[in-house]
Amino acid sequence: MQQFTQFDGLVAPLDRANVDTDAIIPKQFLKSIKRSGFGPNLFDEWRYLDVGQPGRDNSQRPLNPDFVLNQARFRGAQILLTRDNFGCGSSREHAPWALEDYGFRAIVGSTFADIFFNNCFKNGLLPIKLPAAEIDALFALVTEQTGYRLRIDLAAQTVARPDGRTIGFDVDPFRKYCLLNGFDDIGLTLRHADKIGDFEARRRIEQPWLFS
Amino acid sequence: MQQTLYDRLWVNHVVHTEEDGTALLYIDRHLVHEVTSPQAFEGLKLSGRKVWRISSIVATADHNTPTRDWEQGIADPVSRLQVETLDANIHEVGALAYFPFRDARQGIVHVIGPEQGATLPGMTVVCGDSHTSTHGAFACLAHGIGTSEVEHVLATQCLLQKKSKCMLVRVAGQTGKGVSAKDIALAIIGKIGTAGGTGYAIEFGGSAIRALSMEGRMTLCNMAIEAGARAGMVAVDQTTIDYLQGRPFAPRGELWDRAVAYWRTLRSDDGARFDAVVDLDAGSLQPQVTWGTSPEMVATIAGAVPAPEDFADPVTSEGVARALQYMGLAPRTPIKQISIDKVFIGSCTNSRIEDLRAAAAIARGRQVADNVKLALVVPGSGLVKRQAESEGLDKIFKAAGFEWREPGCSMCLAMNDDRLEPGERCASTSNRNFEGRQGAGGRTHLVSPEMAAAAAIAGHFADVRDLI
Repeated sequence: MQQFTQFDGLVAPLDRANVDTDAIIPKQFLKSIKRSGFGPNLFDEWRYLDVGQPGRDNSQRPLNPDFVLNQARFRGAQILLTRDNFGCGSSREHAPWALEDYGFRAIVGSTFADIFFNNCFKNGLLPIKLPAAEIDALFALVTEQTGYRLRIDLAAQTVARPDGRTIGFDVDPFRKYCLLNGFDDIGLTLRHADKIGDFEARRRIEQPWLFS
Repeated sequence: MQQTLYDRLWVNHVVHTEEDGTALLYIDRHLVHEVTSPQAFEGLKLSGRKVWRISSIVATADHNTPTRDWEQGIADPVSRLQVETLDANIHEVGALAYFPFRDARQGIVHVIGPEQGATLPGMTVVCGDSHTSTHGAFACLAHGIGTSEVEHVLATQCLLQKKSKCMLVRVAGQTGKGVSAKDIALAIIGKIGTAGGTGYAIEFGGSAIRALSMEGRMTLCNMAIEAGARAGMVAVDQTTIDYLQGRPFAPRGELWDRAVAYWRTLRSDDGARFDAVVDLDAGSLQPQVTWGTSPEMVATIAGAVPAPEDFADPVTSEGVARALQYMGLAPRTPIKQISIDKVFIGSCTNSRIEDLRAAAAIARGRQVADNVKLALVVPGSGLVKRQAESEGLDKIFKAAGFEWREPGCSMCLAMNDDRLEPGERCASTSNRNFEGRQGAGGRTHLVSPEMAAAAAIAGHFADVRDLI
């Protein structure tokens, strides 16, 4: 997994609440058996004027000029600014895969759906929860100022605005540790293989019907 | 100290806890389907790791499978490759049970787990699918996981997890005729919102929940994720035990008696403390119909579509305006005046035998309206289909003008050929009315099976209570 420390990135605003995983990556792209290549179909139904299909050359498709990521000023954005309940809906990890493949490294919003939030950390994508008032202020700034950037520092747990204002955010210490070091969860868990084995052996005696 | 059911299930599965409270939770049952598993099996192979406990795996192909012309196989080559990849992975790795495409017991993973007795009380159940919350109906700690977590469970039999808060949703009293578990679920989501349960595990309790069949409890727990909660659950009672007895993977003989004695302890203690409590009065609930692009955008059948200006918060108001535009609905339209193009009865929410019986009771002796282009009934599994046919339900549906199909996820998410065309409006018993969910540009209204049947007959939304 990609290590996450600190970076400075262009911000793109997606000003709506309840952005669901069907919107982030529509179902027809879930037929892939790979982990990569989902970026061109991120927000497919909002981004293009026609209906996308897997295997199609996306560069030839008509873009929706009204969709925010199609505006020249947000090209190359690495931070997505959004609102409440981002990532609600299905458990598809294709959603963080698509966001990451597109080039996003952090999603800043007021709240996130639980499964999506979890999936982000497994892919080096940092979901940052900020108070609604900070989000409102950021939307105003991003809209007013072309080329608006934020500096994100995971070790310090801060989002720094260009005007010098620094906003702190919470992150679970264990998740932070894994993301900062780019650790693979499975490797970490297997350090406890003996404990898992003992637990399982006990369970097999106490509730044998679970093992038949 | 008094424990909630969630506390009890949690404590029983913790293998190890990190300093910040992140726990390693032991997983009893791992359900696997074709869409969210290929990358996990590949990752496992690339890292040279083995599956920890093969006998925890129950697998099936459901999302991509067609619902007709089974003898012709899967026409879409991309879908076919995904299903064949699951075949190959299970063939190589093994499983407690595998119900491949065209097996008589194949079906939606959340229907076949309980049906086979592979979902048992007190288990932790995971699947790379958010509707895994369904299995909480059996007092399981059950939730959806991402593909990285699928790989993690395959390799370690554990999940890294922080304990959630716990919410009690208490539904007291008795529901009226024509008000089903789906209506209870939609009313709860309408009340607390699609993020109301975020960060919580929800226990459903109260006399109206106790009165539900296991099918109804599964419908309710299935929709917990639409309220934002990863897990929903219902305590064990006689209804749970009666459902499980004699199922293929349920224990037998002396083991059954031991298991039942343990299962009866799977409830919240009297006086257990919940982080939040929500109360609903079952007697006042009405049949529900969603009008927007989020399950919380819901009204009663007697109600009307709202107007954006009804909402003070600008983000909500804009969201409503956008939803109405997408749905092609004018503010203040009475729900009963919304006419439909298609009907879908199926999905992991509402495709079990009781759902089909409820819909058939409305369809019996009536005709699907002329303006309805397609009314689909898709049973949740091969065994549900067979049971329904033995009761003659297929004949009732077909006589009324419904199509009777093979089992699978079908038009709930339209990964196969069953889908809405742009602008088409559907009365659907599924779980999500998101933009494009049932096909790009499609317009979904979530309802119960009996309300879907009533809409099919009327050609527009109608109060099922007038047809009972």
